This record gives sequence, C-alpha cells and structure tokens, in this order.
Amino acid sequence: MNRLRLPDSTKVRVGLMIFGFFVLVALVGPTLVTHVFGLSATELDVEHLREAPSSAHWLGTDKNGRDLLARLVVGTRTSLQIGLFAGLIATGLATLLGIAGAYIGGRTDAFLTAFTNIFLVIPGLPLLIIVGSYVKGRGGWWVTALIIGLTSWAGGARQKRAQALSLRNRDFVTATEMLGESRRRVIVFELVPHLAPLIAASLLFSVVGAIFAEAGLAFIGAGNPSIISWGMLINEAGPNALFNGEWWTFVPPAACIALLGTAAGLINFGIDEISNPRLRMVARKASTRLTAVTGAKR
Amino acid sequence: MTSSVEVVDSGGGSAVPPPGAEPLASPGPKRGRRSSWVYVARRVRFYLVATWVAITLNFFIPRLMPGDPAGAIIENLRRTQTVSAEQVRAIQRLFGGSDDPLWRQYFGYLNQLAHGDFGISTAFYPTPVSEVIGSGIWWTLGLVGTTTILAFLLGTGLGILAGRRPGRGFDAIAAPLSTFIGALPFFAVAQLLQLFLAGKLGWFPDIHGYDVDNLVPAFDLYFVPSVIHHALLPAFTIIAGSIGGWLLGMRNMMITTISEDYVLLAEAKGLSPRRVMTQYAARNAILPSVTGLAVSLGFVVGGSLLAEVVFAYPGVGYLFYQSVTSVDYQLMQALFLIISLSVLAANFIADSVYGLIDPRAREDV
Amino acid sequence: MNEVLLEVDGLHVGYETEDRPVNAVVDASFTLRRGEILGVAGESGSGKSTLINAITRLQRPPAVTTAGTALFHAQDGSKVDLLRADRDQLAKIRWEEVSIVFQSAMNALNPVLRLGAQFVDALQAHRRLSDADAEARAAELVRMVGIPADRLRAFPHELSGGMRQRATIALALACDPELVVMDEPTTAVDVVMQRQILRQVQRLQRELGFAIVFITHDLSLLIEIADRIAVMYAGRIVELGPARQLYDDPLHPYAAGLRDSFPPLHGPIRVLRGIPGSPPDLRDPPPGCAFHPRCSKRFARCDTELPELLRPVDGRQVACHLHDAAVLGERPVEGEKVG
Repeated sequence: MNRLRLPDSTKVRVGLMIFGFFVLVALVGPTLVTHVFGLSATELDVEHLREAPSSAHWLGTDKNGRDLLARLVVGTRTSLQIGLFAGLIATGLATLLGIAGAYIGGRTDAFLTAFTNIFLVIPGLPLLIIVGSYVKGRGGWWVTALIIGLTSWAGGARQKRAQALSLRNRDFVTATEMLGESRRRVIVFELVPHLAPLIAASLLFSVVGAIFAEAGLAFIGAGNPSIISWGMLINEAGPNALFNGEWWTFVPPAACIALLGTAAGLINFGIDEISNPRLRMVARKASTRLTAVTGAKR
Repeated sequence: MTSSVEVVDSGGGSAVPPPGAEPLASPGPKRGRRSSWVYVARRVRFYLVATWVAITLNFFIPRLMPGDPAGAIIENLRRTQTVSAEQVRAIQRLFGGSDDPLWRQYFGYLNQLAHGDFGISTAFYPTPVSEVIGSGIWWTLGLVGTTTILAFLLGTGLGILAGRRPGRGFDAIAAPLSTFIGALPFFAVAQLLQLFLAGKLGWFPDIHGYDVDNLVPAFDLYFVPSVIHHALLPAFTIIAGSIGGWLLGMRNMMITTISEDYVLLAEAKGLSPRRVMTQYAARNAILPSVTGLAVSLGFVVGGSLLAEVVFAYPGVGYLFYQSVTSVDYQLMQALFLIISLSVLAANFIADSVYGLIDPRAREDV
Repeated sequence: MNEVLLEVDGLHVGYETEDRPVNAVVDASFTLRRGEILGVAGESGSGKSTLINAITRLQRPPAVTTAGTALFHAQDGSKVDLLRADRDQLAKIRWEEVSIVFQSAMNALNPVLRLGAQFVDALQAHRRLSDADAEARAAELVRMVGIPADRLRAFPHELSGGMRQRATIALALACDPELVVMDEPTTAVDVVMQRQILRQVQRLQRELGFAIVFITHDLSLLIEIADRIAVMYAGRIVELGPARQLYDDPLHPYAAGLRDSFPPLHGPIRVLRGIPGSPPDLRDPPPGCAFHPRCSKRFARCDTELPELLRPVDGRQVACHLHDAAVLGERPVEGEKVG
C-alpha cells in the first residue's frame, strides 16, 4: 500500500519544502539561537528599545528591547505547536463526526449534518475572539490551540461526510459488513484507511488554518499574552506598525504566515491538479498542432 | 480569514448542496411550484435553528468558563481602572452570577434580547451597548456588504476569463498571483496598502471613517464625499484580500465544466462561443461558488473585521477590537451576536439565490 | 446510397502527457457513405471515443490530432477537411451537417436550462426562426421520439433516463443533419429501453436518411443496426467489414472475443466467453500486435511484427498475421479500396 506516497507534483513538493523548513526551525531553532547565537527571546534591554535591524540584532528589537530574531524563532515553534494541536483536534472531530454520520445514516446523520452545518454558517473568528477573551491569560499555548480546534472543525466534517458517503456503498465495505464485522471495526479499519490521504491533506490545511486563526485572534487583542507566537509578535507590533515605520516588528512574522499560507495554497493547487487531471492541461501544446503536419503520410 | 485555506472545501465538490440542505438519496422526477416553497420553508427552518443556536451559544459561553471568571475579570479591571457597582453587576450577570436557576436566567436573557437590551457598555460607559452597536453597524454593513458582493462578482468574472484559457494569457498571471495574495492575511494586506497608498503616496486618508477633525456626520456635500474617500482603502483591502479565493475557485470549476458533455454538445450544436461560455459553462461552474459562499463568508467577514482595526474604521470590527482591549464583555457578546446574525442572514440570501439558479436544488430537499 | 459522405484517412490522435506521448488513435482510415450506419466497437480505452471527438472537433487537451484528414462531402457538393476547418466552416457544418449524441444524456443536457431552451438555441443558431416557430419545431422533434411536447418545459433532471436519451436523439436531428455520431447512446439505460431506442433510431434513420457512426463496446448491439462494423483495439482499427459477415465469421481473434463477450439480442444463446487479460496500457503498448498477450492464436511473428490493416478482400479488412497473404500463401488480394 503506497496510498500515502507523496504526490508527484512540483507545486506540492515546493509547498511541502516550505513546510519542512518551518518544522526544522521550530525543532532546532530555539536551541540554536540561545546556545549558538546567545540570544534571548525574553531578556529586556532598556538601552536598545525599538531598534531597526543591526549586526547585533539581525531583526531589530521590540518596544521592550527584546531581540526579535529570537522571538521569531521561538514564535515559530509556538505557532507550529498551536497549529498542530488545533489541527489534530479539528481534523479528529471532523473525521469522527463526518464519517460517523455518513456511516450510521438515518437520524444520527441528519442530526450530525444539521449540527455541522450550523457551525459552518456561524462565523468562526468572532466566536473565537469571544472565547479567546474569556480564557485570555490562562494556561499556555495549548489553551489557544484547544479553542481554535474546537471552533474550526465544521468545514472538514462536511467534506469527510461527503467522501465517506461515496465509500459507504462500495463493495469492499458491504463485504466487510456481510462478514459480520462490527460497525466500529468497519469505520476504523475500512473507512478511515481509505480516507487517509484526504485526512492527511485536511490535517495540513487545518494546521495552517489554525496558525492563521491564532494570528487573527492575537491581532485583535484576544490572544494569550503569556506566549510568544507569530500572532503575538504581530499583536505587539500594533495595528499600524508598517505605517509608523517600525516595519521590522511586523514584516518577519507576517511574512512567515504569508509564506506558510502560500505553501498551503501551492499544495492545495497541486492536489487539485492531481485529483482533477483536467486542471493539468499542458496549454502550450495546444490542439492546433495539426496544421504543421499537413500532408503527413498515413 | 484567508481564502487560500478554505478553497479546499469550496473548490472541488460540484454536487454539494448548500449547508442548509439536507441531501436526499435521489431526487424524484417531481416538479412544480410546490417544491420551491418546500425548499424555502426548509431553508427558513434551518436558519431559524441556526439563529437559535447562535443566541444560545452566546448565553452559555460565559457560563461555561471554568473557575470564577467574573471575579477574575473584576479583579483584573480594578488594576487598571475604577470599577463601578454597575459594571460589577453587569459582569456578574453575564457569567450567571445571580441565584436564579439557569432556565430563568435563560428566559430573562431572551426577554432582554427581544427588547434590544444588551446592557451597558463598560468601554463606552454609560452608553447602552445597543447604541454603541447602532453607531457602528451601518459603517460595516455598508463597507463589508458592498465589498463582499463586489469581490465575489469581480473574482468570479475574472475566474471565468482565466478558466477559459487555462495556463495561457490572463490565467498565466492571475492563477499564481491569486494563490499568493490569497495567502496574505487581511491585516497584512491592510497594512501594506496603508503604508503605500496612504503613507507614501498620500492618495487616501490612513485612518477613520471620515474627516473626524473637521466634519460632523450629516448627509451633506462635505460629509458624504469624505466617507467615500475614507472607505476606499478599507474597501480595496477587503476586495484584494478575498478576490483571489473566488477567482481560483471559479477558474478551477470553469476548467472542469468546459469538459462536461453538455458544454461539448453546446459547441457541437454550433452555438456562438459566447453563448457556450456563458449559458452552458459559466452558468454551471458558478454553482459551487454560490454554495461555497456560506463557508467563505465567515472568513471574509472575519478578515474584514481585522481590516477595520488597521484603518480605525468606525464599524463593528473596530468596536470589537476596542471591546477586547478594554475587556468589555457586554459589548463583545452583543457584537458576536450581531455579526453572527448578519452572516446568517447573508447566507440565507445566498441559499435562496442558489435555489433560484439551480433547479435541482429545489428537488434536493 | 453509394455516394461518399466522409473519408477519414490516416488519422492519428495522441495525448500530450508530461512523461511520454500516448498514441490514442493510430492510422485510422475508413469511408462512410450517405445513409450508411457504421458501427465502431471496442473496449473502453480502445480509442473509439477519441476518434469521434477528433472528427467532430470536440477534442479537449491533452488530446491532440497529429495527422490525417477527414474529408466531409457537404450537401452543396463542397468538400471540407473537418480536421482543418476554421471557425466559420465549422459553424456551418455543426448541427446542420454533423450532429452528435452522447453516452450519458444526464451529462449531455445542460442541467440548469429547460429542455425546450436547449432545442431552441440550437435551432436559432442555424435557422432564422422566431421563438414561437422554434418552439413548434422543438415540439415536433420531441414528439418524433415519443416525448409529449409539454415536457419541453421540464429541466433535464425531471425527466427519466430513457426520456433524456431520446430527447438528445431528437435534439441531434433538429437541423436535418447528414451525419449523426452516436457515442454509446444506450449504455446508460436498461435493456428494454435500449431496445426501444435502437428501434427508434432505425426508424428515424430510414425516414430521414442520415448516416450514423455508432460507437459501442457491445458488438451484438451493432449487428442489429449497423451496415458495416469497425473493431478497434489499442487505438487501431483491427477489423472492418459488413456487419453480418464480421459478426458471423470474425477474422480477427479480438473481434471474435468481443462477439463472444455479449449475449446476442436475437438468436440462440451462446456460451459467453470473456477475453482473458485486460486492454494494454497505451503509455507502454506491447511490441508487435498489441493484442498478442491476450490472443489464443498468436505465433512468433505476433510478438515482434505489427500487422497492418490489409487491403480489402470482399469488402473486408483485417489487421492480423493469421490473414496475412504472406502467411497464408496465395489469397486473392484485390477489390476496390474501401478505406
């Protein structure tokens, strides 16, 4: 079974490479900046407030004189942790609710579908902001991740229900049922493995979506002030950092988010092309080739 | 927030009914005006339930918070400002701090809502929350409403153009550009535009909804142009931030639809290329975009709120920002409710339009 | 009846893929006479649909026509190479001269337009008709296939499968074409409906005299209506001849296999035998005769040498070493060129 083999597409590969880069930074970055470069993400330095990038501080300092490179690197780890944890919760819920509904059918499905649809039409960010400001300052990054995960599963659930529904009536599922397998076994051992590529892709997009959500949440001021994340860096930069000329406080975290968003966009585009070959048309070789070979011999 | 992420849902699926629809196995060959009414009735029922859920959620969220949030918040507020007895009571009431049983609190809450009573704002003390919202909602409805419709129309239109000749001409620029711009968070787009168009070039005012230093709100020759002038940059931000998602979604559906048998047949019938593209290809390709509106609208509205913050635009997004920074829960909750209900209403309209443009939807109930 | 309507000669269609080009149709040649019904049979992937998409110019990338001609003899006596016709020439030929019926009527009809509108736009694209006249003509057309005229107000999904299919046939006849291409028009409906639709097609063809290229994977169905049959395999025409003879005495082992895979609509029940193996991967076709890995009669030559479609013998052509004059010794090789 090579179902999870990486798709053969340049767009997907570039997207995954960007992802890999951030994962690497998140893993080794914080150790590297503290132990090799001797920088601290939290140390205040009243002598050097709001300084533009220099050889001492490659990405400048913030309003408290803290080194922004160190904060960006630590923030990368936090943001990715939030993304991963929230993504796992959202994808897990989506998979559970979507597949269960599609497989069990009947009233359960009708109820779960309605439930999902309602959460789909209630705008996510305002809900997140409300919950975020109630829990503000409590716990660590995982609280932020939890509330993002709990408010962002609906779209995925709908998608997985549709996919599972199309699998539901396939022969191999029917055959397993005929063999007397329990419902739960069919779901866990037949449906989920077949949806694995889809679930993997949707986890990836959930992760990016959660990182974006954290940024939005923090930007409006409902983030967790006790963590260092891309969102909180943007929050600390303030809503008009660029206009006020303090570009170095805003550009690096915003660029990281945008880069990750681009990676997700590329992967999405690539997956679309793989699942829908019509999108992959080689345009430069148009179908007007014929005139060039007029009179070709049979 | 950004469109690049949510395209996953709206893009591929062609036969996905709008979120309100409860899909049934197969539509029977029945027809008629009656089914249109059934369709509308079902939609209405769904949105009524969704409205009830939003209202109830708004009631329970503060009460579900662990520990003693009211105490903690009052404590927190006291550190930075003097807290009046009125504020203490308002906060305690919000967290169910009365001795009444839950159901009585709930009906009390519903009763207040019915009378448009959202309590007193602590950030704009002693203005009632309903008045604060009343001052902001029209700015947002005007700005976000107009720009969302414009972005949808423009994005969809450009998506048709791009999808007609994929990989060539316009599409060669539009598709990658949309992928990139769609990946930028709204607040980043807003700040970039603010820096360049307002700061460097000085074409537009950088903040506010009108010239607050020299004008008072009135429907006159000074105020109205000022409002429009101030709205352009936020409007441009929202359009720039959301157009890419519509464009890509429509482009991809267009490419898929162009190979459908009915488009081939239309071409074989010798119809004009224009009619083939509009009545056969685009007319069908647009359906998932309209369905996807429900999912995308939440993102777009969320993003617009953030754009308002950057431009200090006096709408509900900026109010939200102010209520969060000054920990005004009354205002925050009311804003959440108003935004949710507006999005639900917009979705209801989108669903109804879908029912009009896809004859199959009326059967699918 | 003997007047030539369409001469296809040396048609090649490829698929441009990222790794290597695929030959979807190779060197296809045949002639169609006015009022004739030519059946084209083959498994999925044999290139039969690709062939007609190329001729009708409905091809979509990545398919590319790389060589060949398809001379169409129009009613006014002019000859047009369909493969090279420009937009204006095509506009004149489409639906007036050549129309098409697709396999799945559900997909062939625009789901968001009423049935009537899909007749009216075709009619008005070619005839100067008022709305009322076009609607009257549409009503006349659907009645011809047994659909009540009031169904023109229905949307496609409100019609039954059989009705939709008959509607697309009526639609194909809207402008009295000389040639109707039918791409598996009966696969999506049940056997009873299939029978009914075939009868209807035959009746209409006799009344109106158009020629048909009828594509199917079901040889037994072709024997019911076709005058001649072409059998395709891996992008090539491997046998071409009068329907009855080809069916009763297939020359190519593949044609025989195809015949034995389906029960005849009429006549005694035979033992059904499938063809072992599966169609070749066109990206990597086997050397020699593409059918040799599945052929029970193959011999050494088949593995290496590609059999050409032989010149017609008694109006029959085959591409198989079994019938190669060089192998069989002396066999009369003459007769007029059919394709």
